[in-house]
Amino acid sequence: MLGFIIQRVLQAMLVMAVMSALVFIGVYAVGNPIDVLISPDATQDIRTETIARYGLDRPLYEQYFTFVGNILSGDMGRSFVFGMPVLQLIMQRLPATLELTLVAVIGATLAGVPLGIYAGYRPQSPISKTIMAVSILGFSVPTFWIGLILILFFAVHLGWLPAGSRGATRSFLGVEWSVLTLDGWKHLVLPATNLALFKLAMMIRLSRAGTREIMLTDTIKFARAAGLSEWTILRQHVLKLISIPIVTVFGLEFGSTLAFAVVTETIFSWPGVGKLIIDSIAQLDRPVMVAYLILIAFLFVTINLTVDLVYALLDPRLRRGRAA
Amino acid sequence: MNAEALRAFWDEFSESRISVAALAVVLAIVAAAVCAPLITPQDPYDLGNLSLSDARRPPGFVGSKGYAHVLGTDAQGRDLYSAILYGLRISLQMGLVAGAIALSIGGTLGIVAAYFGGRIETLIMRIVDLQLSFPAILLALVLAALLGQGKTQLVSALVAAQYAYFARTAFGAASAERRKDYVEAAAATPLSGSRIVFRHLLPNSLPPLIVVATVQVANAISLEATLSFLGLGLPPTEPSLGMLIANGFQYMMSGRYWISVYPGIALIILIVAINLVGDQIRDQLNPRLRR
Amino acid sequence: MTEPVLQVSALSTHFFTKAGVVRAVEGVSFSLARGEVLGLVGESGSGKSVTGFSLLGLVDPPGRIVSGSIRLEGRELVGLPNDELRDVRGRRIAMVFQDPMMTLNPVLTIERQMRLAILAHERASPRAARARSAEALTRVGIPDAARRLDDYPHQFSGGMRQRVAIAIALLHRPAVIVADEPTTALDVSIQAQILAEMAKLVSELGTSLIWISHDLAVVSALSRRIAVMYAGRIVEEGPTAVVLDEPRHPYTRGLLDSLPSRAEPGRELAQIPGSTPSMLRLPEGCPFRPRCPRASPACTVMPEPTGDAVRRARCHHPLVLTPAEAV
Repeated sequence: MLGFIIQRVLQAMLVMAVMSALVFIGVYAVGNPIDVLISPDATQDIRTETIARYGLDRPLYEQYFTFVGNILSGDMGRSFVFGMPVLQLIMQRLPATLELTLVAVIGATLAGVPLGIYAGYRPQSPISKTIMAVSILGFSVPTFWIGLILILFFAVHLGWLPAGSRGATRSFLGVEWSVLTLDGWKHLVLPATNLALFKLAMMIRLSRAGTREIMLTDTIKFARAAGLSEWTILRQHVLKLISIPIVTVFGLEFGSTLAFAVVTETIFSWPGVGKLIIDSIAQLDRPVMVAYLILIAFLFVTINLTVDLVYALLDPRLRRGRAA
Repeated sequence: MNAEALRAFWDEFSESRISVAALAVVLAIVAAAVCAPLITPQDPYDLGNLSLSDARRPPGFVGSKGYAHVLGTDAQGRDLYSAILYGLRISLQMGLVAGAIALSIGGTLGIVAAYFGGRIETLIMRIVDLQLSFPAILLALVLAALLGQGKTQLVSALVAAQYAYFARTAFGAASAERRKDYVEAAAATPLSGSRIVFRHLLPNSLPPLIVVATVQVANAISLEATLSFLGLGLPPTEPSLGMLIANGFQYMMSGRYWISVYPGIALIILIVAINLVGDQIRDQLNPRLRR
Repeated sequence: MTEPVLQVSALSTHFFTKAGVVRAVEGVSFSLARGEVLGLVGESGSGKSVTGFSLLGLVDPPGRIVSGSIRLEGRELVGLPNDELRDVRGRRIAMVFQDPMMTLNPVLTIERQMRLAILAHERASPRAARARSAEALTRVGIPDAARRLDDYPHQFSGGMRQRVAIAIALLHRPAVIVADEPTTALDVSIQAQILAEMAKLVSELGTSLIWISHDLAVVSALSRRIAVMYAGRIVEEGPTAVVLDEPRHPYTRGLLDSLPSRAEPGRELAQIPGSTPSMLRLPEGCPFRPRCPRASPACTVMPEPTGDAVRRARCHHPLVLTPAEAV
């Protein structure tokens, strides 16, 4: 198990190195690095000074190591627009995004897995067909469109819920959280639902496909032959068997949901990193873009690593060596 | 696939009424988009044609040109019905072109990786897997931002975001085939490289690639709309569906729902129909669900 | 003669597929005395496994039992509500499957799987369930059973895994065990061990056993009586020794002739000509007719079983064997 962990951690570090190289090439080699480092209206003196300070007259590989060194020491430059260190800016916005994403993914899983298991267990029933129709819609309809409809219906037409921004928060462990206040929840419900629908469709499909295949296996026949009730079979055998792919997808989808939050945050004016990156793109605030990319890459690698480890914990065949 | 197999495939396909209806919808939308200039009252891209006095009018309004705007008009005074059909044209164009290019690039990479194996396989598939673990929308977003607005830029961003799915799929099918004994045996004889690729690997990769292609065309259309909605897609002079929706967003709060809603409905019908067709094809090609 | 443990009469199980109705089991009757071992033999697709699943009420849609009766210890199982059937399964009638790789759940410990099987029929504290599971494993010859309870299926060899499955089937000391080719997936040497173990266990516990197999040799080593199935029907049934020595049905004869152990060295193995018919398009009358060397126009009518309760065959032209012909 220890060897496995070390191997995966090394792999993750390698991927991170590749990612940083890609971002480096993309921004420093292909694009004009000056644009990234200083604002376009800077004076010639500042330009020269910056080129020397960041060693842009040095060979490329040397620059790369400087770049990595700066990242490792937490220096990702300053935002042109906000005039503050980028890392600080992102860290300020990150909790809002994480909160939104977590609520969406957990909600989608808690609702999607039981619905999917049911649809896989009784594929011909009308309820299952309805579930699948909803999941096709959730899969097909673009997130931004669902967001608009949610606002149109719940905020404009019914006036039940606010159409945007974060609402009241409460501090916990030095970070502001919406989930700790009622007003926060009111503001959270629509964007979280918006973000969750695609994941819900995915969880439904995944659980349904898994359940359908598992129900046909001899494992289930054998359990039935032993007199286990259908409920026990679903709860003990099926749930445990599909939890392996579900956990994998949960982790991976958490990452892609972070990315999709870009759309949802824009529609609902949710003050997270997604809205920050869109604003930065619009205002050509490139240091923020670079930092965001590195950060997202880092999150992804960390998530993949965690998923691998949890996967190994869940699947005994991977956890211990194969017996003869 | 020969004619008989194709016929059997169609017979099974036509058993599902929903799928046939979805296919009919897709074909109808494609036909309407192709014939858009013939069946619409207005060229929405000709700014000289637009009159601000007609702007933001509800469905059914008879404008200054004397015909009824059945779906209303947008903030520039465009007839929404015309704008939607022209928008569909662009959306379909973007989706199909991006899908076709991504299919060619990804399919080639996957088959090359499967054929050569070894280091080439490791190199290609590692990159592909790395990219697959990264959300397509983010990649497209960043590329669209870096490359700027325009059709070519947008297609490049879509292709870069999607080729990896095709590569993974082609590689999966082709490498399973590559490992079969008879292919191994054929590989041992001289002068058979292209034969192996074109007789064995390509035909076996094609069915799963077709399934992925339908889904990815729908995804490309959706992605294009999303990017345009975020202001990173096409220039505003030729609004695609995503931009029409984005333009209408600000008027939604004041009750002028139609500017956003009708283009959105058109977009959804198209995407859902393509996905339904793709779903049916996938179920039919999935050996594990067959009895 | 005492009341049989299991009495199956005119059992028919059909599958209603898109392509048509498959009569997988048609008019099957047999009975099983307490402690008796019955071998159910046939090629794949002959309906022997579906017969086994029918006994436990485990036929998957689109299949279902359309008629007939299954009496287990005097109780009619056909038409029983699901929850009552579930109560019978595992407690009074149990089943062991072909591939132990596929039957045990790979992500649950052996203890968990055994505990679920125990709790399906009675209340037991975790400790009591564990003790009983260990005892059951020991009974089927698994060494160091108490420790191995915490292992997962993949940590057992194929033969050991099948022993675990047998231990689970025996947990509630059922009256009848249906064993569906339980040794086919195993190595030959392990096969023999499991066979011997099974024979010992059923005689110790007084359990009756239906041993389903395509392998006449395996079945004859274990069972006192055998029934031969072809195309959904039992075509011949009788005491093992008698059926093997003097088969009446030409199909049984064909099966025997194709056994390597019975062929003369140096001579080619005999094969039954033709192939198993499609269950969707069975020939009219006797389904074996197109492959049968003794077929006549009379065979276009389905033959009824002839003989007595001990020895029966379904054939218009049963083989009458003289010692000269038997060579």
